[in-house]
Amino acid sequence: MKDRFNLYRFASPATFYPLAGAMIPYFAAISVVFGLAGLYLGMLVAPTDFQQGEGYRIIFIHVPASWMSMFIYLVMAFWAAIGLAFNTRLSGMMAQALAPTGALMAFLSLWTGALWGKPMWGAWWVWDARLTSELILLFLYIGYMALTAAIDDARRADKAGGLLLLVGVVNIPIIYFSVKWWNTLHQGSSVNLNKSSMAETMLWGMLLMAMCFWMYSIAVAFMRVRTIMLERERHTDWVKAELADKTAGDEK
Amino acid sequence: MIHWNSFSDFLAMGGYGFYVWGSFGVTVLIMTVEPIMVARNRKTTIARLKRQMRAETRAENRNTAE
Repeated sequence: MKDRFNLYRFASPATFYPLAGAMIPYFAAISVVFGLAGLYLGMLVAPTDFQQGEGYRIIFIHVPASWMSMFIYLVMAFWAAIGLAFNTRLSGMMAQALAPTGALMAFLSLWTGALWGKPMWGAWWVWDARLTSELILLFLYIGYMALTAAIDDARRADKAGGLLLLVGVVNIPIIYFSVKWWNTLHQGSSVNLNKSSMAETMLWGMLLMAMCFWMYSIAVAFMRVRTIMLERERHTDWVKAELADKTAGDEK
Repeated sequence: MIHWNSFSDFLAMGGYGFYVWGSFGVTVLIMTVEPIMVARNRKTTIARLKRQMRAETRAENRNTAE
């Protein structure tokens, strides 16, 4: 019973706000450490790929960005489901805070994919199942942001946006399994639990970069959600106390 | 341990320099600019909310004074 009480406590913006604020520097620092380690392994130590030469090094950001673009969407859809089911205040703010970062990850996935595709396939873009479904993901992010921005009432915006997120979640398995379901130009996954097709340093480099992107996304989303909380809860006592406290405005 | 023989080798990326650095460059740019934008947005939002709060308190004080 006590655990349950605690869980609900953290779902309240007044409790989550200082907690997120205290954790941001740690997530940011861990992200930098993982990023530097990943770049060191990936860019300086990892050997040349026997098929793709040095061009394969793009995957050290392409794969983490693609993973994050899908994962962030799933997290947003999770919050949307919670928000629609339990009408919680925090869930809509979380989805709002994650959307721009998710969109940027989807963009990076497409951007680095194009820069990889040009030398490897001879084309910046092909209408392949993997690429097309990832492009749709970017449009889903943009659609969600445009829709919620167009509705003045925040709670209504959350509901409409949440519905869009839940409908669009069907796209995630399509992206993930597209290389299996269809005969795509895009290669299959490079990381396999049983036997990886990559050298060990390559694999570690990629996993470290994935952790870096993950921690980065959390840090930025927390920064954003804190601002959204102040804005949306501006008439509550805790925000008034927060704003009245002089230090609140001066910290990052 | 280090894979490259020279710094120019590293920059050339075996002929893939443009594509590799084009990818990493844009990624670094985005991951630098996004937090800066978020932090700036936070600052302006807090300043605006403080202004609004002060205006509201002033209005309330006026009402009670009358």
